[in-house]
Amino acid sequence: MKSRTIASTVVLLAVATTAACGGSTENASSGGGSGSTAGGSTTITYWASNQGTSIQNDKEVLGPELKKFEKQTGVHVDLQVIGWPDLLNKILAATTSGQGPDVLNIGNTWAASLQATGAFMPFDSKALDAVGGKDKFVEASFATGGAPGKDPTSVPLYGLVYGLYYNKKMFADAGLQPPTTWQELMTDAKKLTNPSKGVYGMAMEGGSYTESVHFAFIFGRQNGGQPFDDSGKPTFTTPGMVAGVKQYVDLMSQKVVNPSSVQYKNGPEAPTDFAKGKAAMLMSQNNADNVLQANGGMKPSEYGVVAIPAPNPLPPGGKDVASFVAGINLSIFKNTKNKDAALKFVNFMTSPEEQAILDKPYTALPVVKNGTVNFTSKKDEAKAFAEVLANKSEPLPLVPAESAFETNVGNAVNGLLAQAATGKTVTDADIKAALQQAQDKMASAS
Amino acid sequence: MHEQRSFKVFRWVTIIFLGAFTLVPLYVMVTSALKPLGDVQGAFHWWPTHPTLRPFVDIWSTVPLARYFVNSLIVCTVSTVLSVVIAIFAAYAVSRYRFRGRRLFTGTVLSTQMFPGILFLLPLFLIFVNIDKTLGFTLLYQTRVGLTITYMTFSLPFSIWMLASYLDGIPRDLDEAARVDGTSAMGALFRIVLPAARPGVIAVAVYSFMTSWGEILFASQMTNDSTKTLSIGLQSYSTQINVYWNQVMAASLVVSVPVVIGFLLLQKYLVAGLTSGAVK
Amino acid sequence: MTLTTRAEASQKPGTGRPARRRSLSWGRATPFLLVVPAVLLELIIHIIPMLVGVWMSFVELTQFFIANWSAAPFVGFGNYGIALDFSGSIGKSLVHSFLITCLYTVIVVAVAWAFGMAGALALQRRFRGQGTLRTLFLVPYSLPIYAGIITWSFMLQRDNGLVNHVLLDNLHVIDTPTFWLIGNNAFTSMAVVNIWRAWTFAFLMLMAGMQSVPDELYQAAAVDGAGTWKQVRYITLGVLKPVNVVLVLMLFLWTFNDFNTPFVLFGPTPPPSADIISIHIFSNSFVNWNFGLGAAMSVLLLLLLLVVTGIYLLVTSRRSRRA
Repeated sequence: MKSRTIASTVVLLAVATTAACGGSTENASSGGGSGSTAGGSTTITYWASNQGTSIQNDKEVLGPELKKFEKQTGVHVDLQVIGWPDLLNKILAATTSGQGPDVLNIGNTWAASLQATGAFMPFDSKALDAVGGKDKFVEASFATGGAPGKDPTSVPLYGLVYGLYYNKKMFADAGLQPPTTWQELMTDAKKLTNPSKGVYGMAMEGGSYTESVHFAFIFGRQNGGQPFDDSGKPTFTTPGMVAGVKQYVDLMSQKVVNPSSVQYKNGPEAPTDFAKGKAAMLMSQNNADNVLQANGGMKPSEYGVVAIPAPNPLPPGGKDVASFVAGINLSIFKNTKNKDAALKFVNFMTSPEEQAILDKPYTALPVVKNGTVNFTSKKDEAKAFAEVLANKSEPLPLVPAESAFETNVGNAVNGLLAQAATGKTVTDADIKAALQQAQDKMASAS
Repeated sequence: MHEQRSFKVFRWVTIIFLGAFTLVPLYVMVTSALKPLGDVQGAFHWWPTHPTLRPFVDIWSTVPLARYFVNSLIVCTVSTVLSVVIAIFAAYAVSRYRFRGRRLFTGTVLSTQMFPGILFLLPLFLIFVNIDKTLGFTLLYQTRVGLTITYMTFSLPFSIWMLASYLDGIPRDLDEAARVDGTSAMGALFRIVLPAARPGVIAVAVYSFMTSWGEILFASQMTNDSTKTLSIGLQSYSTQINVYWNQVMAASLVVSVPVVIGFLLLQKYLVAGLTSGAVK
Repeated sequence: MTLTTRAEASQKPGTGRPARRRSLSWGRATPFLLVVPAVLLELIIHIIPMLVGVWMSFVELTQFFIANWSAAPFVGFGNYGIALDFSGSIGKSLVHSFLITCLYTVIVVAVAWAFGMAGALALQRRFRGQGTLRTLFLVPYSLPIYAGIITWSFMLQRDNGLVNHVLLDNLHVIDTPTFWLIGNNAFTSMAVVNIWRAWTFAFLMLMAGMQSVPDELYQAAAVDGAGTWKQVRYITLGVLKPVNVVLVLMLFLWTFNDFNTPFVLFGPTPPPSADIISIHIFSNSFVNWNFGLGAAMSVLLLLLLLVVTGIYLLVTSRRSRRA
């Protein structure tokens, strides 16, 4: 019995090892983009992230454009719209198995992390020429394509930055001007908060780790912190980063946001609170416009946008950063069998004409030079966002560990917010301990 | 029959408590499905003040619910049927034969019930992709076929185990007699043993169906837009722009009704199957 | 192992002739042909992927190598070292997650079993409405898992949820709304949600078991003067022993490996109090892109489950043999 068990185990192991090795070598050499060339017409698969009001809406927006592309080039595009909760996992699974789409959308903050996997086609100078050349793109956006000094593995598609939305009427009623310093913002927020009426100074997505890490970065930079040092090692616990996280968590500790919002995820709750007058301010990327109008019933004339202010005077080493360069990039899967068609498609999607068409329904900033901001008819809003992108934005760290940074630090900050929301004080030591733990987890991730 | 007083009290306390515990979420589900979106997003009210059937109309257009429903039905039904057939064969062998490797087989099969899904999710994905590559066309990767094959194994260990015990309970004189009369092994299995084992087979089938019906982890990685199953598809009602609580509830109700009815119709077999399978 | 015990225990008294364990002289290949499909399936879907998983646990399968597995460096027990280094952050959180999982399992299995038992006892005798109640009690098990859990998460919301509405406005036991899905309450919520579904399965199994008790047994006991409670204790519980062995094992495995409840309630990264093992491993693999480490943790989990289950079956089968 025993010897038989061992024998069968050995056989099994042998089978499995051959399977595993066979699998991996094949993976390395050949590869299978799911595209196919049949009967002269080429088909490529495109994974689009969910940018519109629903997956259905995305299909309606992109459908006609893809038809147009097919007419121009004869390349048929098989579209799949993937919701944000699934997107990164699906990309990872595709990366691991070598079986993925030809072209796909990625959150631009993942660019360096995904680049490190080696599963994506580097845009060398030839490939860049095929999509219209490097100079076609806005510099800040193009820089998010991958780690500095390497051929990028993605090019920008939709541009996004943070802005501070404020409710004009609420500010006017309280005799306030939109804040220009963080201190002013806090004073205003306190004045506008009235919990008995369910009204708060600020809306927040306290359950969303991506929001939390974005603000940890933005405020960390304002306070002179930097999440990674020059060699790419995490430095989450430096005083600047701790102070930055504190600045964000204080919104909750000082009770200017609704405690319930620690459960808000990347859903519609926070923008809806703002749109319905339950919060006077909202720090959000420019695609919030969609939600405010579609879901909250807010008219564009009812809100204004300014840059998120920094503390005044700036703490030592701090910079007046109001956003990171957010947005969606386009990548080509290295295993694609239709590289030319894929490049054509990237070129098409990033052409000024398509940008002008798509930026509107997706409320995105153009990523090509000389594009005009057309998602809003309000000149001041367009100007505020363009100004933030041009002068007050830094890319999130372009290091392979960026994705792990997002989840670990984001979740640490979420935990601190939850602590503050349930009435427990959050001390500097708490913040440091939480960030230290996040940093320890990174050690394994890289 | 006479019952002690304290037992009567116990009985009614239990029924009221468990009844409320079970019923309240179901009640919330039904009433929320009848409320307009504004009402479900506002403060909770026990009674729908503006009852509407609108969510039941909207569910079909917000999300391709019908497609997900069909996918789920296909995947779960096919995997159930096939896995029950395979389990019957294996259980018959285990129950009626003594063969080399029998213990190894039963032991291994049973231990696979313990595998954490997360351990073999990624390797399985990889194997599927490589099989497809070898074949030259997409057979398993994010297809209903791939998911069906995966689900077939999920309930297999328990199904074999339960059916084997069930078959043990059926006197072997029956099939031996048939064998003496010249029936083949398969003939004995299908004509004699299976009819006698019907409750056990139905119990296993229901269990198998329910297991795949609610599976989330593998479905989330091994499907795409057109092959998505319900357990994943229902999540699409919470979008970036809105969480359509009333539609989630309405859709849950709509897709549950046939399954709940089927389950309740079969429950008497299920009880009988479980009884003989597990008790004897 | 269990199968044989089951088979032996299954010899019915009074069938005249004990079931013989001799090989029938049918074609020698028949049993092998019969198990081939099952073996093939298990190989493809479980065994081989599991072995690949074991191999993964020995290599540094991080983001730098996931696109090219063959290049991933072999690290021996390195991943296990990290997972089991209890002074480090990762080891600490693994232990934390493990302990939480144990607590969760014990609570859910115990309560679900108790509820199921109480429900089955309460509905054992015929009375008006028995059928309706039985049907009602089975509904949670037959709902799609996602539907049930998402309904609970709707009820557990802080602002507009039913639970706070009842506690705050109807019963006045609390004066400010409570968070049910963050902090330590997340654990309680998760357990309640799982119990809501699991107990109905226990109910189903136990009810099935009770129906096999012939009425005469109770009648005889009643004639002997045994009260209802005594009958429950000596007859019902005795008959249910083998059902309980299976039921508790199944509940244990489901709860210990539970992924759906925390995932639907909290998403891929639950609050620490609800960070049970399967989702913890999921985060470590998919969120941190370290599949080697995730695999090592899974293998540890698998070993543990095998040992626990083995001991459990050994103890229970020995006991039932003695009995």
